[in-house]
Amino acid sequence: MRELTCIVCPKGCRLKVDEAHDWAVTGNSCPRGAEYGKAECVAPTRVVTSTVRIEGGTHRRIPVKTSGPIPKKDVFAAMALLDAVCLQAPVEAHVPVVRDILGTGVDFITTRAMKRED
Amino acid sequence: MKYDLIVVGGGPAGLAAAKAAREAGLTRILILERDKELGGILNQCIHNGFGLHRFQEELTGPEYAGRYLAMLEGTGVETRLDTMVLEVTPDRRVCCINPRDGYREYEAASVVLAMGCRERTRGAIALPGSRCAGVFTAGAAQRFLNMEGYMVGRRVVILGSGDIGLIMARRMTLEGAQVLACVEVMPHPGGLTRNIVQCLEDFNIPLYLSHTITDIRGSGRVEQVTVAQVDENRTPVPGTERVFDCDTVLLSVGLIPENELTRQAGAQMDPRTGGAQVWENMETSIPGVFACGNVVHVHDLVDFVSAESERAGRAAAAFVQGSAGQAGPVLELQAGQGVRYTVPQKLRLSQVEKNAEVFFRVTRMFGPARVQVRSGEQVLARFARDRMAPGEMERIAVPRVLLDKADAEQALVVEVQEETP
Amino acid sequence: MYDCIIIGCGITGAAAAYRLARYRGRFAVLEKSNDVANATTKANSAIIHAGYDPAPGTQMARLNVEGNRQAAEICQKLNVPFRRTGSLVLAFSEEECRTLDELYRRGVENGVPDLALLSGAGARAVEPGLSDQVKAALYAPTAAVVNPWEYALAMAETAVKNGVELYLEHPVTAIRPVEGGYALTTPRGEFCARTVINAAGVHADQVESLIAPPGYRIHPVRGEYWLLDKSEGSRVRHVVFQCPNRQGKGVLVAPTVHGNLIVGPNAQPVEDREDVGCSAQGLAFVREKARKSVPGVRFGENIRNFAGLRATADTDDFLIGENPAAPGFFHLAGIKSPGLTAAPAIGLEAVRLLQEKGLALEEKADFDDTREHVVFRELSAEEKNRWIRRDPRYGRVICRCETVTEGEIVAAVHGVIPATTVNAVKRRCNAGMGRCQGGFCGPRVQAILARELGVDPTEVLMDGPGTQVLTGETKTGGGHNEV
Repeated sequence: MRELTCIVCPKGCRLKVDEAHDWAVTGNSCPRGAEYGKAECVAPTRVVTSTVRIEGGTHRRIPVKTSGPIPKKDVFAAMALLDAVCLQAPVEAHVPVVRDILGTGVDFITTRAMKRED
Repeated sequence: MKYDLIVVGGGPAGLAAAKAAREAGLTRILILERDKELGGILNQCIHNGFGLHRFQEELTGPEYAGRYLAMLEGTGVETRLDTMVLEVTPDRRVCCINPRDGYREYEAASVVLAMGCRERTRGAIALPGSRCAGVFTAGAAQRFLNMEGYMVGRRVVILGSGDIGLIMARRMTLEGAQVLACVEVMPHPGGLTRNIVQCLEDFNIPLYLSHTITDIRGSGRVEQVTVAQVDENRTPVPGTERVFDCDTVLLSVGLIPENELTRQAGAQMDPRTGGAQVWENMETSIPGVFACGNVVHVHDLVDFVSAESERAGRAAAAFVQGSAGQAGPVLELQAGQGVRYTVPQKLRLSQVEKNAEVFFRVTRMFGPARVQVRSGEQVLARFARDRMAPGEMERIAVPRVLLDKADAEQALVVEVQEETP
Repeated sequence: MYDCIIIGCGITGAAAAYRLARYRGRFAVLEKSNDVANATTKANSAIIHAGYDPAPGTQMARLNVEGNRQAAEICQKLNVPFRRTGSLVLAFSEEECRTLDELYRRGVENGVPDLALLSGAGARAVEPGLSDQVKAALYAPTAAVVNPWEYALAMAETAVKNGVELYLEHPVTAIRPVEGGYALTTPRGEFCARTVINAAGVHADQVESLIAPPGYRIHPVRGEYWLLDKSEGSRVRHVVFQCPNRQGKGVLVAPTVHGNLIVGPNAQPVEDREDVGCSAQGLAFVREKARKSVPGVRFGENIRNFAGLRATADTDDFLIGENPAAPGFFHLAGIKSPGLTAAPAIGLEAVRLLQEKGLALEEKADFDDTREHVVFRELSAEEKNRWIRRDPRYGRVICRCETVTEGEIVAAVHGVIPATTVNAVKRRCNAGMGRCQGGFCGPRVQAILARELGVDPTEVLMDGPGTQVLTGETKTGGGHNEV
């Protein structure tokens, strides 16, 4: 029996995951919690948020996120991919900046638009 | 030019208030924002976790702000960026400056105050030690890191386990820094449990509860901090000191509503929240001047800021349109046992529609408990909770039909009753 | 060869430079820090004392009373915040009442005007926040509060405007006699002068020993302070002292010219002459002492703690004179409290010493004894608009706690004595002085400094050497953690 705190929402339910019985989850208050509990034990994943460089924009960095969860073990390797990216303003929101991160099929996408500032 | 509504602050609260007021029929709306873009602090909160209540999906801060910007687009709501409000008068004149227009005064039929909050600093907690560089509030570090693209340090100790501190522990780690410890003076974490898990535990960052920083040393940058355990009076226990070699201290030791304009305008304040006292519709003691979001009380979730601010926006519209209800019985809320404060502080029964939404914070950790709303000896409503923590704001919706039974001569007490096992 | 070189640009060196600047001649000030007023001058009680403390007949007594008179005039001419609040010394016991009588007698003998002894009730009538334990008080209407670093900066700027050369980041590391004077070595070159004035504060004895046995020793005494938010700024109207003790004037509670409340100091002898850290015990001591005078002070409104070192020498009086083994080498040393008050008078003493030494000082006809300093938030709406039209950067508020505009910050960076660090900007225009302590404006001030100085933001310093605020850029490769 493994005990976890659910991170799906701010509620922070205390989950119990039973490895011996197909990772049956108790303590959750929604189906997403059950899903998380199992996934966290079988193959934990995380959404990663960070930034990439941008030139000519309102700011010197533009925020990005993974378009979906990626394996937790790949988080730092995924971060390293962002160093090579440099965008030019203007940029729209939700534009891929790194495609298919480490073969996961997940992209890094921008999470805001940024105007050009002269 | 007279505006129907002037909104002071273009962060999440101001945007939601403007949107709601526009939808309620106001046309001449002006948002005054000091920064060079709208969105407020959300612009630097690049992590996800926003919007689960409001949009039923998990958004990052900039995405959440983007949703509101999209809703405002094409509505005719005016915005002045790079504009600092210097004064709001009780008769709703708003004085401000910006580089383009200079010093200006605008008249408004209604005003929404949405200035947000600021971080408690090293001084606010009288943190001893050298005055070296490398001591930052977590939010200032967040701006440097996420918007300006600069690292504020390489070896970090974080004081306080508020959400911004926890989020910054993860951000700094992802950007290559070593976060050596997160130190919390209270016996329980200040931030959301999910952030303890995904920001500290994920990266094996130790959390020292009931500990504090007792000394910071360094001639140029920070070189060393001393951390010690504290007793139940939060006094450091001699002999428990441990020293961390680090170059940076981040402080996440609480937020304070930013109410200089509110005080200057003469609104009645609530010392417990640090914000203005508000009615059920977020109106302050000054008629036609409303307040919402972190300027009223510090929220944990932007979703609730939006909900509260939309209520303020709608109320401002009703005020301008003259459709605000007549005066009727007034109920004063009182923070009872286990409750630190309530927002609103007062209710006008005639203005409550189906439910009165009451936000509050508890004074300590609670296991299974009931929140009860009491008028004199008469318990009007009870709400069950599995657990409550001071770091997590609570919300109850008290049905109007129950409030009608309240005795207006008595305070409406919101209190916690622990369930006896 | 300079006619005179002043070592140190704290309040004493700045005052000496200001006094010398009205004469023809070549004068220079060598300052080890990257800004003026960057040690004891920026970290003290900010009080212009009336002058009843020093023993009659001492230099300290005379220069205190003279300095008090001169301060008001200089601050008005040079646009330095100065407010004559008056002061109260409180007595809590019969013994302390006798001390007040003694202070009163001293004050009268020192020539302090308008002193009055008040009953406890009388004291509470003029200062309602006082403890009901107060038995009596000595009232001195001539006491005042000042912005100490701006006072020094204003005198230094006026000196520079009138031709005195200021060299920052020029610590004096060696001194040797040369024909007709002295050669002073700094890491950035050698400076020769016919006369030298040592105004090196807590380092005065060390500097002087580079040329001759100083004959005195500085034993720095640290004082720790609380600075409270403007919400507490009207807690008291006067400077409220307790009875002086062996270690100094005790813990005071006073309004500041910025509208804050200052509380402190204690008196802790220290060995390290740069040790301006605060300790939890020291701060707790100060807090408890202050509550004895003014029980209602809300320390929860604290915005900053700081500590300063008093340049206390092993004598009771100021040390003003020539080193017997080094003719033409003068010291203005041991300038502890009331040094801030006495400074302009000490400056005149320095001039007198030089004249007595035979330095022919001829007054300039065109001495410019004025200083313009725009404080945007204090301007009328009309004036605000005039400034914004002239330079739109005055329309952009950078520090929202203190309403400081980009225009003011840029002016500070390009001022007579340019601000090159975040703290130097703060000292010139208050950005970051307020209740958020630079939390909001810090990154913005930093960006302006980098832009105006033409340096990378990672090079911008908070204060002295090694105080870089940033450690590098993100997203530039390397520095990644492993799983």
